[in-house]
Amino acid sequence: MSNRKLLHLSRRQVIRGLLATTAFGITARFGTGCSSAEGGGGATDQVTMGFIYVGPKDDYGYNQAHAEGAAGVVESFDWVKIVEEASVPETTAVEESMRSMIDIDGATVLFPTSFGYFDPHILKLAEEYPDVQFFHCGGLYQEGTHPVNVASYFGYIDEAQYIAGIVAAHTSKTGKLGFIGAKPIPQVLRNINSFTLGARSVKPEVTTQAIFTGDWALPVKEAEAANSMADQGIDVLTCHVDSPKVVMETAEKRGIFSSGYHADQTALAPKGYLTGAEWDWTSVYSKIAEDIHAGKNLMDGSIPHILRGGLAEGFWKLSEYGPAVSEQAKQDAEAAKAAFMDGSMVIYNGEIKDNTGAVVVEASQSLKQQDPVLEQMNYLVEGVIGSVAS
Amino acid sequence: MATEALGWWGVPLAIAAGMMRGGTPFLFVSLGECLTEKSGKINLGLEGTLLMGAMSAYAISYLTGSPWLGVIAAGLAGVIFGLIHGWLSQQPRVNDVAVGIAMIIFGSGIAFFLGKPFIQPSAPQLATINLGAWSSLPPVQSALQISPLFLLGVAIAPLMHWFFQSTRWGLFIRAVGDSPEAARAMGVSIFKVRMLSVVAGSFLAGIGGASLSLYYPGLWSERVSSGQGLMAVALVIFAHWNPIQCLWASLLFGGAQALGPALQSVGIEQGYYLFNAAPYVLTLLIMIITCSPKRTLSGAPGALGTDT
Repeated sequence: MSNRKLLHLSRRQVIRGLLATTAFGITARFGTGCSSAEGGGGATDQVTMGFIYVGPKDDYGYNQAHAEGAAGVVESFDWVKIVEEASVPETTAVEESMRSMIDIDGATVLFPTSFGYFDPHILKLAEEYPDVQFFHCGGLYQEGTHPVNVASYFGYIDEAQYIAGIVAAHTSKTGKLGFIGAKPIPQVLRNINSFTLGARSVKPEVTTQAIFTGDWALPVKEAEAANSMADQGIDVLTCHVDSPKVVMETAEKRGIFSSGYHADQTALAPKGYLTGAEWDWTSVYSKIAEDIHAGKNLMDGSIPHILRGGLAEGFWKLSEYGPAVSEQAKQDAEAAKAAFMDGSMVIYNGEIKDNTGAVVVEASQSLKQQDPVLEQMNYLVEGVIGSVAS
Repeated sequence: MATEALGWWGVPLAIAAGMMRGGTPFLFVSLGECLTEKSGKINLGLEGTLLMGAMSAYAISYLTGSPWLGVIAAGLAGVIFGLIHGWLSQQPRVNDVAVGIAMIIFGSGIAFFLGKPFIQPSAPQLATINLGAWSSLPPVQSALQISPLFLLGVAIAPLMHWFFQSTRWGLFIRAVGDSPEAARAMGVSIFKVRMLSVVAGSFLAGIGGASLSLYYPGLWSERVSSGQGLMAVALVIFAHWNPIQCLWASLLFGGAQALGPALQSVGIEQGYYLFNAAPYVLTLLIMIITCSPKRTLSGAPGALGTDT
C-alpha cells in the first residue's frame, strides 16, 4: 500500500507532464528542422551520408567492410558528415532508421547496406522522399520498375573468389573444398561458382561441397556446417555469411585450411588461412561522395543507377597469402590477378554446364563480368555438390 | 588432417557431437528454469541472462586470459539478473511473465551495449577433455572433445532431481511452488525461497552463456544465442519439470541443430529449412502424443504463474 501512495500522481500533475513532454517534443522537432534548413543553404557544401548495417560494425565481415569504407570517406573529405546505425534488422525498423536519418540528421544520401533492406523498405521510402538518394548494396535494382532516386552498387568480388579457388585447389590434399553459404541467392551462387571454376581451372577433378545455413548470421549452424564438412574430408573452407569468424576459427581448430571473405581474417586462423576475398568500399564510397559534391545526382541520371566494378575499378582486394600457400599457387594466382586487372579474364566462358548436366553457358558465349545475365544466376556449376532448391 | 571421408557415418556422428556441443546451453538454461519454476515463479528473462553470461564470460576471459574466471563472471552476471528478477517479480500485483519479457530486452540490450568492444578480439577458450584419443579418426577425436561444462551440466541434472526428491530444502521449494499457503503454515518464507531459486536458476543460465561464448560456437556476437534461451524455457514444460528429462530434452535439441548441416554435407541438398525446423516439429509431436484431455500437465507446480 505504501508503494501506491509513493507513486500517486494527481490528474493535474499527469496532464501537466503530458503537456510539457509534447511541448518539448514539438520545439525539439522545430529546432532540428530549422537548423538543418539553415545548414542546407549551400546543399553541395556539406554532404551528409547515412549508413545502415544489419549487424555490428566490427564483426570481421560484411558490416565491418562497409563501416571501414564509410570511415575511409570521412578521413579523405572534410565536407562529408556520416551518420551510422548498426544492428538494424531487415524489418520496418530500417524504415524508421532511414526516416530519422533524413528528418533529424538531414541525410541526403543513404546507404542501407543489407540485401533485405531493398524490397519493400527502400522502395517505400524512395517514393516518400524523392529528393533523397538511396544506394543499395546488391543487385536488385531494375531500370524502369524501381524509383529513379534508387541505385544499386556491387563489386565483382567473385573475381577474388576465383583466385581463392586457384589457391585452394593447389593447397587441398583431398581435392574437396567446402563453401558455407547463407541463402541460395545470385550473389552467393556466383561466389560458389567462381570459386569452383577457379579451382577446376588448375585441377579439373576438384569438387566443392556447398552448404546453406538459411540465414546471414547463425553462429551455431555455421559451426555445425564447418564441423560436418571437416568430417567429410573437406580440407579447405570458405564461406559467404555475414561474419566468417566462426567458420575461420572452426576450420583452424579442426586443422584444415580456410579462405576468407568480406574482410581480412588472417588473425583468426594464423596457420590455415590461405587468402581471402576482401571488399574495398572506401574507393567506391569516395567516388560517390565526390560525384554528389560536384552536384551530380541519380534523378537526372548523371550518376549511373547501376554501379559495378572489379579489381580494375578498386572494388576488391586479396588478403595476404598465408604460410601454407605454395610458390606455384602464388604464381597462378598472381597471373589470374593480372588478367583481371587488364580485363582479359572472362570467368564465365562457354561451355559451362551446371551440376545437373544442363548447359548454362553456351560454347559460343563469353559472359563478361558486366553481363546482367550473371546477376540472375540460379544454378551451381559442374563440380559443386549441392542444390539451389531450398 | 582428415584424409578419408566418413560418408553417411558423418550424420550420426554430427548429431552425437551436436548433442554434447550444442546441447550444453540448453541444458544449463533449462535446469535453471526448472529450479525457478519449481518454486512457482517463471523467469522468461533467461534469454537475456544467457546473452549477458555469454558476453561477460567472453569479456572476462579476454581481459584476464583465464576462461574459468570468465565462467565465474558469467555466473555472477546471472546472479545479478536473478536478484533483479526475483525482487521485481515478487512485488504486489507484478506479473512475472511481464517482468521476464522486460528482462529479455534489458539483458540483451546491456549485453549488446557492453559487448561492442569484444566482438572482434579472440578470447582464450575453455580447455576441452579429449575422450577420443582411442580413435584414429580425426572426426571422432574432434567429436569427443567434450567441454567440462557439459559434464558439469550432466552431473547437475541427477543431483537436482535428488535435491528435489530427498532433501529438506528441496521440499521447501516444492512446497512453495505447489502450495504457498501450506509452506507459510510450515514457517517457510516464500519470498526468500523464491528469491534463492530465481537467483540460483539465473546463475546456471549465466554459466550456459559461458558455454556458448567459451566453448561452442566459441565467440561473442549479438546473434550467438538466437533464441536458445527462450527455447530452453519452453523445454522445461516439455520435460514436465523433471531435471532428468531436461537433460534428455536438451540433448535432443542440441543434436537436432546439427541435423540440417550434416545432411547437406552428405548430399541431401533439399529441404534444409525443414530440417532446421525439425526440433520444433518434434516438440509439437511429443506434446500431442503425451497430452491428455483428462488432466493438466503432470508435474506442473500448483502455484506456477499465479499471483500468490
